[in-house]
Amino acid sequence: MSGRLSGRLRPRTRHGWWLAAALALLVGAVVLGAMVGPAGTISSANWSIIWKIRLPRVALAAIVGSMLSLAGASYQGVFRNPLVDPFLLGAAAGAGLGATLVFAYFRTTTVDWPIDPLPLAAFVGALVAVLVTYAVGASFGGSSLTLVLAGVAVAALCTAVQQMVLLRNADVIDEVYSWISGRLSTATWADVRLVAPYVVVSSVILLMHRRQLDVLRVGDEEAASLGAEVKRVRLVVVIAATLGTAAVVSVSGLIGFVGIMVPHLVRLMFSASYRWVLPMSIVVGATFLILADVPGRVLEHGRETPIGVVTAFLGAPMFIVVLRSKRRFT
Amino acid sequence: MSSLGFAGVSVVYDRRIALHPFTDSVKPGEWLCLIGPNGAGKSSALRAVAGLAPHTGSVTVDGMPLADRSPRRRAAVVAYVPQSPLMPADMTGAEYVLLGRNPYIGYFGSETRHDRALVADVLRRLDLEDFADRRLGTLSGGEQQRLVIARAVAQEAPILLLDEPTSALDIGHQQQALELVDRLRREHGLTVVSAMHDLTLAGLYADRLTLLHQGSVVSTGTAAHVLRAETLSEFYGVSVSVHHDPDGTVVVVPRRTPSTPSPGFT
Repeated sequence: MSGRLSGRLRPRTRHGWWLAAALALLVGAVVLGAMVGPAGTISSANWSIIWKIRLPRVALAAIVGSMLSLAGASYQGVFRNPLVDPFLLGAAAGAGLGATLVFAYFRTTTVDWPIDPLPLAAFVGALVAVLVTYAVGASFGGSSLTLVLAGVAVAALCTAVQQMVLLRNADVIDEVYSWISGRLSTATWADVRLVAPYVVVSSVILLMHRRQLDVLRVGDEEAASLGAEVKRVRLVVVIAATLGTAAVVSVSGLIGFVGIMVPHLVRLMFSASYRWVLPMSIVVGATFLILADVPGRVLEHGRETPIGVVTAFLGAPMFIVVLRSKRRFT
Repeated sequence: MSSLGFAGVSVVYDRRIALHPFTDSVKPGEWLCLIGPNGAGKSSALRAVAGLAPHTGSVTVDGMPLADRSPRRRAAVVAYVPQSPLMPADMTGAEYVLLGRNPYIGYFGSETRHDRALVADVLRRLDLEDFADRRLGTLSGGEQQRLVIARAVAQEAPILLLDEPTSALDIGHQQQALELVDRLRREHGLTVVSAMHDLTLAGLYADRLTLLHQGSVVSTGTAAHVLRAETLSEFYGVSVSVHHDPDGTVVVVPRRTPSTPSPGFT
């Protein structure tokens, strides 16, 4: 009797099958992503298009999609708020401000930079914004509510500065908005190599915290009474998630909806335990963004539909479905 | 079995003193119940023991200060059942009780076979097997409360703190929950400190009552000693009559004062 019950307490094998199915879907998405493009569904004869243009794009979509989903799930865990995304603490606004400054003041000069300043500025902008948010929030007690409120204030400040810069440099508005809506079209293997180390480190740290995130589900106070070091867990998870988010944002721009929607899909389909939500978010997030990147290449003849627009088009209806079943998430 | 000592424990929130220096010694296996009106400092005393309220003075278990312990080692000796536990609606009963094993699992670790077997055993002994796979959101208040107690039992801590464990329950489930705590206390030799509003139930289950008022102890002792009509009327501002049943039970019955007119009938 007790043996059977303790068997039920073990992670269920049913979930293992779901994981296998999701991985199979991911492989299918990679194949599809490599085959479809403006040059038609080409044969293996033209390997160079596949290798130099489509595969780096597929790889970057997988990295960006999985990182944003994993970071979103982790943020939702530490803030115990299902409507939170990885941009909650000002990462998006900070990255946007950093990118805007580069477009406005550094792209016009003739100086030949040794490295592209755009991803660097977006990366630094996102990290600095979140660090300022955390410092301000921590100085008021560091509860999740004060952190979120500090994030709102920092994001508003960044956006205000960004708009001021844009008003004085109206000629770069198009470029800035094109960057903000996100893109994978210019992906190269160099981009993949640039972000992969950050994403790997961030993902490993976040995955190692999956049980801690389950403990936090009963609230800061009860988690503390169970021996959890709530503030330390929150700080480490936020830093790791922000590092990964800033890295992918620096090469892909701001791709919305993935980070908030994919974790919810995983919860609806599998389990609300973070032991499953985190690894499944990686697989489902990668699959989703690879697939979302496909229609953008061929929808409008001769031009690309920005990936951020496609994810919102696909994401918004799915999100409404999630909201309709929100009663399942407390 | 472990003893719990309070040595001048004082709790201050935002310069408001919630608990004046409180000194007491709870014997191994004893059930101490803190009573008193809202804001008397009952919860603050419990939260100080659980390490959740900033406090001065020293809380000791078997003479050793709790402040010297890491959060995990503290949770291995003190289990805390809050007044309104947060029950994640989509967590299963088994997952919830398994959280009680957190003090024994390393930061990056995961539950062992022993942890799972122990939780299965707790669920079986508390007759909660049917709730192992149920989501908490589908359970009634009484069922949830039993799972909260099961989580505290899975924590295997010798000190059990209960903050208003029965305030959300009907009279039947109140008795069921308190009988469960009493049974566990006897089986495991738990030392129990609870805060309770129902004075009759408090007197019925606790070995000793301590009446707090505005953060200070005004009376401590057996139910017969503390639950006196004049004491209660002074500190709760109520009119009660106190009956002593032949079996020693002290029953506190509220009375209406003639000077308080009913609204609508004046």
